[in-house]
Amino acid sequence: MSDYILEMNHITKEFSGVKALDDVNLKVKRGEIHALCGENGAGKSTLMNVLSGVYPYGTYSGDIVYKGETCQFHNIKASETKGIVIIHQELALSPYMSIAENVFLGNEQTSVKGVIDWTTTRSRAHEMLEKVGLGSENVNVPVNSLGVGKQQLIEIAKAMAKKVELLILDEPTAALNDEESKHLLEIMLELKKQGITCIIISHKLNEISYVADAITVIRDGKTIETLIKGQDDFSEDRIIKGMVGRELTNRYPAREGVTIGDTIFEVNNWNVFHPDDIDRQIISDVNFHVKAGEVVGFAGLMGAGRTELAMSIFGKSYGQKISGQIKINGKEVHIKSVKDAIDNKLAYVSEDRKQYGLVLIDSIKGNMTMAAMRNFFSKNGIVNDNDEIIAAEEYKKKINVKANSIDQKVGSLSGGNQQKVVLAKWMLTQPDVLILDEPTRGIDVGAKYEIYCVINELAKAGKAVIVISSEMPEVIGTCDRVYVINEGKIAGELDKSELSQEGIMQCIMAHNRKDE
Amino acid sequence: MEKKKTVNLDMKQYGMVLVLIAVFLIFSALTKGSNLSPMNINNLIMQNGYVVILAVGMLLCVLTGNIDLGVGSIVAVSSAFVGILMIDYKANMWIAIIVALAVGLLSGVFVGFFVAKLEIPPFIVTLATMLMGRGLTYTVLQAQTKGPLPTNYTYIGAGFLPTIKIPFGSGELDMISIIVGVVAAVLIVLSEIKNEKTKQKYGFALNPVWQTVAKLVVIIAIEFFVFYKLAKYNGIPFQLLIMGVLVAVYHFITSKTVAGRQIYALGGNAKAAKLSGINTQKVFFWVYTNMGILSAVAGIVLCARNGSSIPKAGDGFEMDAIASCYIGGAATAGGVGTIIGAVVGAFIMGILNNGMSLYGWSTDIQKIVKGAVLLGAVTVDLLSKRKKG
Repeated sequence: MSDYILEMNHITKEFSGVKALDDVNLKVKRGEIHALCGENGAGKSTLMNVLSGVYPYGTYSGDIVYKGETCQFHNIKASETKGIVIIHQELALSPYMSIAENVFLGNEQTSVKGVIDWTTTRSRAHEMLEKVGLGSENVNVPVNSLGVGKQQLIEIAKAMAKKVELLILDEPTAALNDEESKHLLEIMLELKKQGITCIIISHKLNEISYVADAITVIRDGKTIETLIKGQDDFSEDRIIKGMVGRELTNRYPAREGVTIGDTIFEVNNWNVFHPDDIDRQIISDVNFHVKAGEVVGFAGLMGAGRTELAMSIFGKSYGQKISGQIKINGKEVHIKSVKDAIDNKLAYVSEDRKQYGLVLIDSIKGNMTMAAMRNFFSKNGIVNDNDEIIAAEEYKKKINVKANSIDQKVGSLSGGNQQKVVLAKWMLTQPDVLILDEPTRGIDVGAKYEIYCVINELAKAGKAVIVISSEMPEVIGTCDRVYVINEGKIAGELDKSELSQEGIMQCIMAHNRKDE
Repeated sequence: MEKKKTVNLDMKQYGMVLVLIAVFLIFSALTKGSNLSPMNINNLIMQNGYVVILAVGMLLCVLTGNIDLGVGSIVAVSSAFVGILMIDYKANMWIAIIVALAVGLLSGVFVGFFVAKLEIPPFIVTLATMLMGRGLTYTVLQAQTKGPLPTNYTYIGAGFLPTIKIPFGSGELDMISIIVGVVAAVLIVLSEIKNEKTKQKYGFALNPVWQTVAKLVVIIAIEFFVFYKLAKYNGIPFQLLIMGVLVAVYHFITSKTVAGRQIYALGGNAKAAKLSGINTQKVFFWVYTNMGILSAVAGIVLCARNGSSIPKAGDGFEMDAIASCYIGGAATAGGVGTIIGAVVGAFIMGILNNGMSLYGWSTDIQKIVKGAVLLGAVTVDLLSKRKKG
């Protein structure tokens, strides 16, 4: 049994009396890819923080045996010296520094003490890039000139430069599109061949079942089970069962009792140009419509222009030289600002809730009523506190936001609950048309289900709902009709009956060919 | 029976009031009670009027996550215009006041234009107005003092409201001050009762009764102490009226109006605020325009109190105003802070200044202490938050 590179035994970690980890055991074999699954807040990240020394020895109980010896890490540096490197969800790159500098950030190549040896830095950076399949990149350009996918690989190269033996990846593909994710997974398999052990935390179960050799499932701070490839069932449904503790037979709740009405939202000949480059057309001649009670999806690859399309419609929040026609309830409307959009009963739930959706230091109540404040919670510019509290309480209950009170700061909520607050914020503006941009990104299966239920409720109430999502199963599972968007154009329109992942991909491919 | 919900009073909100009382008591021990004298209480108010007025405006800038460095210079420019108009041109007092306010408005619009329209960082824009304003003051005053200003004008900074004096003990007592003090106390109690009633009506969590009572007792004790001392001196200073009105108005704006909410939202997350239909440019523009107007008000009060317009007027006032906001619990990143907090912060600074002067410490030492207090207050504030989070 000595082929375990890492054994974490009986790890218990408390935060002010609450057990975040309760007697957790994790055994990782040398050279395998080991996945850690669990709902948000199950304790995956906490466990990895214990391992990497973010929570120093002494703040938890239990022991860590790494390469046969018991380790007591007091900080991250201590674990890195041993060859354990963690790559967090948020990239730790300095955007304006060069690729080479970033690869050796905090681990500079020096000749004399403290003096950087640029030749070694560049040549070794190049070596590291080759290992992660980026051999053709110029190491002297600033790292922010690369896309997110490549930046993620730079993070791995950075870990390689530290002579990593155990690499921990926390949600590495959360911000990547399908193609980039695939590439990253291939790189992981490549690293495995080079003898590097990986622990991966991910919500994308299809990726896990593809890449992992073993899966440990954590629920409510406890280890539930470890599944081994070849011995156990590795299907997504099986993993979900472990994560939520019950069979989730239907991940997409059925929509019943919805009558689809007339077209209430229509966009014609929509054109948008890049905000910094007036000659670059981002959206060209887009036409679409949504009926009352209908859920319409915008599918496409990352960078296809879906968010740009939505934001340009929503009060010209993106781009310049915008032209086209918007009709709500059959009447043409002119929407020049977000305020006009809200007044015309249009709502946009943004893609990145922390950056664009929420004031993290404000309360649930303050966030929920922020957009509706002007129209529904004030009179002559004076806020009606009582209505505000009643509405916030009502929505907290209605969409099941888990929090102590409506005065709790949004920053302290889990991703799923934060997303519900953003949804409530826009539902409170009493819109007829809702655009939901990546409504379930980075949230767990249970919370996703609840969000889908809210979408169903909205449809039932006769709203027109647009769902933008990079996860094709989600688009297929929730939408009545889908527009496939590619390179700023509508590549095709698919009805519920024609919806499939292959169908969407074929649509994109056909469109690409036509362009060439 | 329905279970009653109760929550404890948020002590952080009132912590600074306790600090204020503590600082005051420490200095009354050190100075053997001389800071308790009616004259000194009166001085405390009259000497700190300008900081309170500026701190109120500065808090709005701080809420957006920025500061205004130019306020001291705008104070100087507006008071310079008052001096020149009234001394050199023998202008009517009201004309002088209107021109001074217009100067403040214009400088505010100037800053607002660069900050909101052109999106130049406020730090840079106001650093520029700080230099420009000071230079302009020296230029128009030709580096000379304009004075003395007529008494009908100096009333604004040094005058008192009418009094009705009755004999009391060894001296006299002003009944107007006492009546105002009593009325204010009654209003405080009534508003608290109304507040509790609404909470009950909607079934919201209430504070335990003893906590509410303790809070009211402390607030009313401070309030009544001040008015009693003023009654024993010359009555209510006109400056206190100006301060009272401004504090009330801005407290209302920040806590009860949509405009106020928009400032907090902008400070908390500008991008999210923008996507929630808040015109962030407009908010920036008005916050800085407002700061210009309030700087002019402070300038009018200051030269009225001094009886003359001097080129050095308002030097360093921006730092006092900024420090008041931070001591009063505002966050440097924006989105957090209250008007009452800033006012309490201003008075903590004022009591420190006043106490140290009475104790005989030089202004040089005072600066060291003030710096240390600012650093200490913000450090304690941030560390206590970090522990929680």
